[in-house]
Amino acid sequence: MFEMLPPALALIAGALLTFLISSKGLRAAVVITAPLICLYMIWQIPDGVVLRGAFLGYPLELVEGSPVRRLFATIFAIMAATGAVFAFNTARRTELVAAQFYAAGAIGVCFAGDLLTLFVYWELMALFSTVVVWCGGTEAARAAGIRYAIMHLLGGVVLKVGIEGLMVNTGSLDIRPLLATDFSTWMILIGILINAAAPPVSAWLSDAYPTASPSGSVFLSAFTTKTAILALILLFPGEPVLIGVGLFMVFYGIIYALLENDIRRILAFSIVNQVGFMVVAVGIGTEMAINGAAAHAFAHIIYKALLFMSAGVVVMRTGKTLCTDVGGLFRTMPVTMVCGVIGALAISSFPLTSGFTTKTMISQAAMDESLVAVYFLLAAASAGVFLHAGIKFPWFVFFQKDSGLRPKDAPWNMTIAMVFFAGLCILLGIFPELLYPLLPYAVDYVPYKMGKVLMYLQLLLFSGLAFFLLLPWMQRTRTISLDVDWLWRRGLPALARISARLSRPLISAGQQRLQSLVGSAGNSIRNTMGSHGPLGRSWEIGTTALWIALLLMMYVVFYYLM
Amino acid sequence: MTTPDNHWLTRPATIRRLWWIGSILLALTVALQWLIPIKGHFGVDGWFGFGAAFGFFSCVLMVFAAKLLGKLLKRPEDYYDV
Repeated sequence: MFEMLPPALALIAGALLTFLISSKGLRAAVVITAPLICLYMIWQIPDGVVLRGAFLGYPLELVEGSPVRRLFATIFAIMAATGAVFAFNTARRTELVAAQFYAAGAIGVCFAGDLLTLFVYWELMALFSTVVVWCGGTEAARAAGIRYAIMHLLGGVVLKVGIEGLMVNTGSLDIRPLLATDFSTWMILIGILINAAAPPVSAWLSDAYPTASPSGSVFLSAFTTKTAILALILLFPGEPVLIGVGLFMVFYGIIYALLENDIRRILAFSIVNQVGFMVVAVGIGTEMAINGAAAHAFAHIIYKALLFMSAGVVVMRTGKTLCTDVGGLFRTMPVTMVCGVIGALAISSFPLTSGFTTKTMISQAAMDESLVAVYFLLAAASAGVFLHAGIKFPWFVFFQKDSGLRPKDAPWNMTIAMVFFAGLCILLGIFPELLYPLLPYAVDYVPYKMGKVLMYLQLLLFSGLAFFLLLPWMQRTRTISLDVDWLWRRGLPALARISARLSRPLISAGQQRLQSLVGSAGNSIRNTMGSHGPLGRSWEIGTTALWIALLLMMYVVFYYLM
Repeated sequence: MTTPDNHWLTRPATIRRLWWIGSILLALTVALQWLIPIKGHFGVDGWFGFGAAFGFFSCVLMVFAAKLLGKLLKRPEDYYDV
């Protein structure tokens, strides 16, 4: 029976139950079990379309299975379960409900066989991720949530325009490999890239995620951008424009993370950086590259959530969000520190971590295709990841100066979630053969070759040296960095003010002119129609009779002549 | 004795020792290239110490770039609140 059911239903049911149940213990049981049931259902879905439907005469493929779809759904379900373990004790009920709907949207996208079904789940994600942002509960979260919602609804509209266009042009809504060649396909690509936080609108991610609650940002880090990667894999493998877009994202993330002071915003920028690697891989589009993108997404969700958990515990325990306010926390938070460091090593693709066994596949794909510039830029970016996330995050949060803060370590449930993900980072680093069979194509790749390991150790350790030598330059300042969103956060309001000021003389001149025009028209009407005007004043009966006689005479004359 | 306020990891002697260990590790990763050849796929990446130099200088470059862009992009943290 399960091979026909959309796995997302398990999470939707879980979300509804969480909404209804008032006992906290029962609720915790639901939020943790629902993703596990969902995980079971995911693995019952065979390849191919298994559930069809129709909407307004359009044929829908509600559930379609394939290895890459199951892979993404699997990590989303694992993420939802582990996130629930992390969150259930502290998160508000609204956040737990929203997070489950959000995960349901992501898993729904994984199995959507047509673009209309994909779109519905896509919007479900947009809707409930906004609620997760709002659960941050602060004024900043409210404002960032509104900007986030506008961006995603706009992205949804762009995507929908593309889908309609494709339907009109080709008569099919089937999800299949496309290339961005005409208006509709470009709209679809742009709609997906907005969710991937591609330029020029990357700012929505770093704007919204750090304002969510400590547990909310863990959920947010996982779903939206990686669903976009899956959509790119399914719809635009080998689209050359993605290589350039991805490389831009990679370096954008590094530079902005280097400038950033907010702990979780550093991690948010590094999501853009990591997703950039995956976008490049989809752009390369070979079997090795797609395997790399999928494997990297899988590993990335784990270590990025781990980093956000570690940062979340710090934010929760200290109430501080800025690097300049914390430091030296390793003394009293050893577990959070060790888990954070493992996440940091994994994101830097250190040998023996999941980052090394997955991200290097992307470099290998660039090498196989002799994309020299791409290969060297990715290598430089790998060094940059170690710089901005691998060392910077743990150094400024857990070491650096002694801030004098002596917070308690993570609560037991958060510890379980972190240790589980930290363990997975190392497990997949040592036994990549656990992950490789799940990838979309047969894997012909040996991650551990002596020469390559040595090359990466040189690359990473010397970027570490650069960090400590340039430490005076890396010290954080109490600043934010402008992004393209300045255009609508400051530029548009300023433009409105300026145009109002400039047009004031013009408008008042126009108003005066209109006033005098209306006034003179009024006067002339009053003069003719008023009680003294020729048409308005009263006439004597004799004069009136004379006029009538005159008019009748003229009528008779005209009638005779015609 | 180690207390949170005087942790062994923060003592100057420990930090000096960590710099020594770090330096030896760095030297070792480069020196090992004599024993373990790195197969360069584009020629230049097989050179002796290429990974070390490339990692170091690309980081320096990125920090410089960030510093320069920072001059242009950095604003006080209440910039959008006012």
